[in-house]
Amino acid sequence: MLSPEELREIESEFPHYPNKQAVCIDAMKIVQKHRGWVSDENLKDIAELLGMSVDELDGVATFYNLIFRKPVGRHVIMVCDSVSCWVMGYERLRKELKNRLGIQMGETTADGRFTLLPIVCLGACDRAPAMTVDEDLHLNVDPQKLDGVLEKYK
Amino acid sequence: MEKVLTKNIQPDLPYVDVKAYEATGGYQGLRKALGMTPAEVVEVVKQSNLRGRGGAGFPTGMKWSFVPMGADAPRPKYLVANADEMEPGTFKDRLLMEGDPHQLVEGMAVAAYAIQADVAYIFLRGEYLFSAERLRRAIAEAYENHYLGKNILGSGYSLEMYIHLSAGRYMCGEETGLLNALEGKRANPRTKPPYPQVSGLFGKPTIVQNVETLCNVPHIVKNGADWFKSLSYTQDGGTKIYGASGKVKRPGLWELPMGTTIREILEVHAGGMQDGVRFRGLLPGGASTDFLVEEHLDVKMDFTEVAKVGSRMGTGTMIILDNQTCPVGMVRNLEHFFAQESCGWCTPCWSGLNWAEKALTALEEGQGQPADLEHLSFICNLCAPGNTFCALAPGAVEPLQSALKYFREDFDRHIAEKRCPWSSQ
Ligand SMILES: Cc1cc2nc3c(=O)[nH]c(=O)nc-3n(C[C@H](O)[C@H](O)[C@H](O)COP(=O)(O)O)c2cc1C
Ligand code: SF4
Ligand code: FES
Repeated sequence: MLSPEELREIESEFPHYPNKQAVCIDAMKIVQKHRGWVSDENLKDIAELLGMSVDELDGVATFYNLIFRKPVGRHVIMVCDSVSCWVMGYERLRKELKNRLGIQMGETTADGRFTLLPIVCLGACDRAPAMTVDEDLHLNVDPQKLDGVLEKYK
Repeated sequence: MEKVLTKNIQPDLPYVDVKAYEATGGYQGLRKALGMTPAEVVEVVKQSNLRGRGGAGFPTGMKWSFVPMGADAPRPKYLVANADEMEPGTFKDRLLMEGDPHQLVEGMAVAAYAIQADVAYIFLRGEYLFSAERLRRAIAEAYENHYLGKNILGSGYSLEMYIHLSAGRYMCGEETGLLNALEGKRANPRTKPPYPQVSGLFGKPTIVQNVETLCNVPHIVKNGADWFKSLSYTQDGGTKIYGASGKVKRPGLWELPMGTTIREILEVHAGGMQDGVRFRGLLPGGASTDFLVEEHLDVKMDFTEVAKVGSRMGTGTMIILDNQTCPVGMVRNLEHFFAQESCGWCTPCWSGLNWAEKALTALEEGQGQPADLEHLSFICNLCAPGNTFCALAPGAVEPLQSALKYFREDFDRHIAEKRCPWSSQ
């Protein structure tokens, strides 16, 4: 079941669009903000609320990179793998992150603390390499100083 | 030189509130526009030679002139700011939204008035949370000060403005894909015609315009078309936000006269190459533009001049290739992006780009064959303009075809040496 908070936030988007389906991406993002990801059950509830079929909504969900249909860790690290960051040392950064966390790209640490994902250009190419942890943008990341960056995410 | 778009923007990006924005002439363009007819606003933008800053350079005023006007026009009409900025190597719209959000709000209000739109959306990249925060604040202030909402400044004209945060996919930046995304669908492109100006968002007349394009609009209305043209060194009007990333001394963004040479941007503003590396080439305006090399450094950066030497100005944010970076590896990185972001609708695009990525990976791993280079050229032809449903595929092969032309010997070395010559460095 969607929480009253989630329902309130989703419904507040309705006046911005002429029909309910148009809200579906916002709705999935709202649920994901509260729960970390969008489960099958959440998907069913959202589809019902917006008068869509579950398949139709899942088709939308799977098209987009920022909607997670699988559980993620408490913190999500997204490393920019696009061209300027690649030139400025993305591969070293990725290697260091994988070693430090003991996981591959796309995986979550055993303690559920971090999920590691690639992301396309973060629009911070002049301060490459760039990555985000949750909602924070980290720039000019030095692969040798990752401890300092990761330590605040418990 | 006169700064227009960045005059309020400080390096540490303090918030420019409505009062600070008004203090430097903000919302004067909107005030003036509301005293003109919509047709007069369209005309001054046409006269100014403003061309779209999203990459294609389509004349902005001409685009607006296709929107049905008058009492019989379908309603509501829409104006959408394309703030998706996902072209790799591009980071200019972020600066405009974080550094001076009211400028975008005003630009949208003026553009919306010109086409008599009822609703305006900002289609914003999901990762641009700081931009979202700034724009929300600016929109709220604009409503409080009657620059948005019902009966703007007593003119009788009304406009609502909303932000849509995207869920991330390069195709959302393509204007018809964007419209599908805003309707809550997969961001596949739509068949044209009908053009969005006539039948766009929810089937209604719609204009989609890049953030930087819209930010220019209030200044044009306020100061006139001749003033705008005089800012530029060439025929395309105005200033341009140029940028550079890669191994230059001072990567960043600079507002300069349209038509500034590549050399000036690279050597003066970006400070030249970092110590110990040499310049080899550059992508002039994002991932989907053709490489240029040393012999092109004196080319003026505008839509017309860069096209004359076989590339495109694109977004105007250059990505620099240096001699310690492998050109094949760089192109593999680019084709990985395009293959991943292809929506899968047309075979040349999804199948061709996937194959290109595989072949480039094989080259990097020392398993490339001479025939692979022929096949890569074949894919470039296959994805040429006109062969696919949208411009993603033609854009995707631009860096590939030009790399094959300018860095052919590096491709050959990968095959001959059965390894990437840069891999041990
Ligand atoms: C695959 C693809 C992605 C695009 N992404 C963007 C983008 O992120 N931002 C943008 O302004 N234009 C983007 N464009 C260009 C738009 O389709 C459109 O031309 C532009 O928004 C029009 O605005 P303008 O005339 O002001 O440049 C993209 C085009 C393609 C084919
Ligand atoms: S060119 Fe590529 S991205 Fe564009 S419609 Fe075809 S498959 Fe989709
Ligand atoms: S390429 Fe990484 S932020 Fe742009």
